Amino acid sequence: MVLDIIGVAITFLAVFVCAWFLGPYLAKVFGGERVFLSPVVRPVERSFYWLSGIKEDREQNWFGYLVAMLVLQLVSLLFTYVILRVQDHLPLNPMGFSGVAPDLAMNTAISFTTNTNWQNYTGEQTMSYLSQMLGLVIHNFLSAATGIALAVALVRAISNRKLSTIGNFYVDATRAILYVLLPMSIVGGLILASQGVIQTLGSYPVAHTVEGVQQAIAVGPFASQEVIKDLGNNGGGPFNANSAHPFENPNGFTNQFEIFLELVIPFALAVMFGRMVGNVKQGLAIGGAMALVLVSATGIAMAAEQSGNPALTGVGVNQANTATQAGGNMEGKSVRFGPIYSAEFAASTTGTSTGSVDSAHDSFTPIGGMVPMVLIQLGEITPGGVGAGLYGMLTFAVIAVFIAGLMVGRTPEYLGKKIESREVRLASLAILILPASILGFAALSVLLPAGKAGPLNPGAHGFSEILYAFSSTTGNNGSAFAGLTGNTIYYNSTLGAAMWLGRFIFVIPILALAGSLAGKKVAPASAGTFATDTTLFTGLLVGVIIIVGALTFFPALALGPLLEHFQLAAGHLAH
Amino acid sequence: MEDKTRSEQYRHRRHSSLVDRQILLPAIVESFKKLDPRWQARNPVMFVVEVGSVITTIVFVAGLFQGASGSTELFVGQVTVWLWFTVLFANFAEAVAEGRGKAQAAALRRTRSELIARRLIDGREERVPAPQLRRGDLVVAEAGDLIPGDGTVVEGIASVDESAITGESAPVIREAGGDRSAVTGGTRVLSDRIVMEITANPGETFLDRMIGLVESASRRKTPNEIALNILLAALTIIFMFAVVTLQPFALYAGTSVTITVLIALLVCLIPTTIGALLSAIGIAGIDRLLQRNVVALSGRAVEAAGDVDTLLLDKTGTITFGNRQATEFLPAAGVAMDRMVSAAALASLADETPEGRSIVALAGRLGGPDGGNGQKDGMTFVPFSATTRMSGVDFDGRSIRKGAAESVATWAGQALPDDVRASVETIARSGGTPLVVAEAHVVLGTIHLKDIVKPGIAERFSQLRRMGLRTVMITGDNPLTAGAIARESGVDDFLAEATPENKLDLIREEQAGGRMVAMTGDGTNDAPALAQADVAVAMNSGTQAAKEAGNLIDLDSDPTKLLEIVEAGKQMLITRGALTTFSIANDVAKYFAIIPAIFVLALPELGALNVMRLHNPNSAVLSAVIFNALVIVVLIPLALRGVRYRAIGAAALLRRNLLVYGVGGIIAPFIGIKLIDLLITAVHLA
Repeated sequence: MVLDIIGVAITFLAVFVCAWFLGPYLAKVFGGERVFLSPVVRPVERSFYWLSGIKEDREQNWFGYLVAMLVLQLVSLLFTYVILRVQDHLPLNPMGFSGVAPDLAMNTAISFTTNTNWQNYTGEQTMSYLSQMLGLVIHNFLSAATGIALAVALVRAISNRKLSTIGNFYVDATRAILYVLLPMSIVGGLILASQGVIQTLGSYPVAHTVEGVQQAIAVGPFASQEVIKDLGNNGGGPFNANSAHPFENPNGFTNQFEIFLELVIPFALAVMFGRMVGNVKQGLAIGGAMALVLVSATGIAMAAEQSGNPALTGVGVNQANTATQAGGNMEGKSVRFGPIYSAEFAASTTGTSTGSVDSAHDSFTPIGGMVPMVLIQLGEITPGGVGAGLYGMLTFAVIAVFIAGLMVGRTPEYLGKKIESREVRLASLAILILPASILGFAALSVLLPAGKAGPLNPGAHGFSEILYAFSSTTGNNGSAFAGLTGNTIYYNSTLGAAMWLGRFIFVIPILALAGSLAGKKVAPASAGTFATDTTLFTGLLVGVIIIVGALTFFPALALGPLLEHFQLAAGHLAH
Repeated sequence: MEDKTRSEQYRHRRHSSLVDRQILLPAIVESFKKLDPRWQARNPVMFVVEVGSVITTIVFVAGLFQGASGSTELFVGQVTVWLWFTVLFANFAEAVAEGRGKAQAAALRRTRSELIARRLIDGREERVPAPQLRRGDLVVAEAGDLIPGDGTVVEGIASVDESAITGESAPVIREAGGDRSAVTGGTRVLSDRIVMEITANPGETFLDRMIGLVESASRRKTPNEIALNILLAALTIIFMFAVVTLQPFALYAGTSVTITVLIALLVCLIPTTIGALLSAIGIAGIDRLLQRNVVALSGRAVEAAGDVDTLLLDKTGTITFGNRQATEFLPAAGVAMDRMVSAAALASLADETPEGRSIVALAGRLGGPDGGNGQKDGMTFVPFSATTRMSGVDFDGRSIRKGAAESVATWAGQALPDDVRASVETIARSGGTPLVVAEAHVVLGTIHLKDIVKPGIAERFSQLRRMGLRTVMITGDNPLTAGAIARESGVDDFLAEATPENKLDLIREEQAGGRMVAMTGDGTNDAPALAQADVAVAMNSGTQAAKEAGNLIDLDSDPTKLLEIVEAGKQMLITRGALTTFSIANDVAKYFAIIPAIFVLALPELGALNVMRLHNPNSAVLSAVIFNALVIVVLIPLALRGVRYRAIGAAALLRRNLLVYGVGGIIAPFIGIKLIDLLITAVHLA
């Protein structure tokens, strides 16, 4: 167990160290400066612009940026929808899967476009190789690049550029793919394949079991998909079991490597932020807040999982970690990971917007399972999805600066830009969307028969399943508490709407906020200015996030995981 | 003497305490009047509370008819009463702040409303009540008359006692033309006769404008207030989601929540504390300035004062005492000190300028002839003129001159001795003014005239620097002199040889760099700069043009007031931030009171969340609601007085306030709710 904890610490440390070096690289890439990859990538980039008619140096205002982004999303969404619908007429379908049903195809297309990767289907029984590689993986890159581009645009707006434009969406997204996601995926994919993650275009081999039964073993070109699944915080695995499947995540090293991939870009973006605003400490304050919440949440989940099921403790079951047993709550976990690494994976996948899983969150202890749910409900900003985490966190920073900044006796400023009613309105609007969608859809679902039919379990746990589903989709996480039967017309459409709200409605006020901040004069900092590059600010930011998030979801959490926890502790089982 | 007593009365009234009956009683009446929903709709948070109160009232009345159980009715009734109290307390806070402002303004205005004016029509004089005066009317005022309204002197010169407005007993000179032509209604002419032109219609004077700012009916929200209101509205909506969705969740969990409890929960969660006190804080900010004799002409200016980055301070009167004074005599080689001192004193005997008087005074201290008995018959004084650039005296065949070095040397018909030239240069370099004294053809030595920097000003500037403010001294002096004063006073920067144009340029330059600028001014010359500055304090003694360009008027005409104005602005913003933080932090405890209370009967395991061990579900909900209402009353004095501002730098200030209002805001309600619970349980109210 001690070794496991050291392993967790080493993983986090590796993330922070690599993010520290990756951040300046990102700042250079999006600042249009030369980097070591330029000799190879730059010609590709230029010819892409030439082919597609993108004017590299034509910057857009926030609205232009938004429209460009939405057009790309809609076109690619329809593209994927069509591929899924007609996959039976397309090549690379060795298993002969039929076309995907309309509601499921739409849900899936939205899911991958929005970087959610909520999967209401079983990949290896539904999707052809072409659907996986073209229809879905394209979004793993595009949606991640979109997130990064949006974050970069907001950072530009906050930094002192004296321009009212916020960059060019096409250029930012292209650079995110060519300079960041593709090169890292190539390296990461090779590492994963070297560890035994499967990569083949062959049809499913057939095994003859000792019982004499024939079993088709699902395989596919998945190492390449696995790496971008984590790196781009997509989370949609080719297998239904996701990273619990040995072909996706064969051993302890790949488990920690996948956690690393999930976390490294979001943290690096915080460092990039510091670079781009000309004060590294600003980035550290933001990154510090992300790290503080993530590490604490991981700690809570690890403690809850390792101490095991309170109901079992109550009846005298030995759940201690000994030489002969992993101890803790092993239900729904792979023996090769155990409670500690599974808890770390759960916190990382929900602290980011990845949503891949190496264990069943549904089977976590109530408190252990509440951690991923709360991390999503806080807005996935610790460190959050690639890009989405940073722009969500910066929105909270605006709110925190506004609430507490007044206490130094000035109207609040963030990095010298005055936070006035327009900024407050837009930031408030953004943070309103999350609870509206999560609580609204969850309430609707527990009222309607179609919604109540979803959960597998009764009582508080069933409620948690519904709440988790809408938290996960609104937050564009994509992980599931499982248990919920999601592939119904009701859930396909409401979950699809939640994903759409959580991604594209959410970013409208954020981009408007960027537009509003972009042209603002920068007031020079003085001894009377509220400093946002200090540990005090980090603490304040965490406080605001926890209080606003916790206060919003406390009643719902009380009826879900908290109730279940106290029931288990009291030895009462749901019925 | 009578005037003096009266002015003391005003001062006393202006500092009137919270428990002043004349303010409290009308405020209570006003609290009920403000229950009008059209009024409440201006404040989204309190509007929600009022709607909630109406609903629980309906539930209560319906319960009476349907014969609900006694304990239920007692509970619903009490919640309803406390919800109404929550709204009333908020109204009361606003009404008290308004009442205080109006009382202060009324005290200022009272003097003028009963006045009779001597209006001139075609050269004829007629007596009319002051409120009938219109802009452009000409009015005569003579010694002993009270000036009937605000205006500009168009003819004559008079000494005026402005103590009724400023509390300062020394009379001031008001004369036609120039920068000292403005007179204020309610002040008394002490000598001579002036004709003045009325510059404001009744209801349009700056006092009326200020009263408009504190009267909520006509009060416009300031930018930061609007932004804060938006945030509060957003938080209200978020908590509405949390509360509204709770019922379906509860139904799913096999229980349900009464509408009364849901409303109680909602009211406890939405930021009622700051919502209730927000407008009182804004009005109190204006009141506090008035207590310092500064009339705000826009709420925005008070808010902007907190944001000021650069202070433009006139050297004269703010940084220095305003006139140069003799500090030493430097005799030429071979001249006795006595001779030098006596010649300097004689040359200045009739010089009534402050500089001249200071030479005589210094000479007196050094044993020279003093002003009283030194003056003899037969002395012919030669006044200073711009062409000769010297002054002096001729008597008994002696002829003494003092003045600019070159002029005196020319008059004496000889070059300055080397040592005198050296001391002249030293004095000039140090920022002082050298005056050379000569008798007949002998250059006797140099007098060192110096600007005296006010004591304590350097400390004040370093305090401002810690607050993050940059100070710029504005002076007409040459850069050398200005630089020396700047060094001595510790000001951050200076603008020498200032003209209205380069002053305006300086303000624009600062603003282009993202800085907000505050300045004071009194002359017509200052008007463009005042109009450009973000915070512009016009001296009440200044011209009408200056007053119209300013957004604050200092009745005391004291340029150092700018520093206090900045502090008042900061104090108002801090109070807002502190109460917002406190209000949000309070919610944590309220959840721990109400959530277990709602569910403990149906889901007894959730009793574990009842960390305060409140007596029963009803007492828990009631305690939270009562705490929520009472905390408004408890904080009214703080809202009106303002959170103290300390010049300790932003970081230390934030740490302190976060600890008190953030951490304190989390802890306080746990204690408060528990105590209330004990109390209402003890008296069997729940």
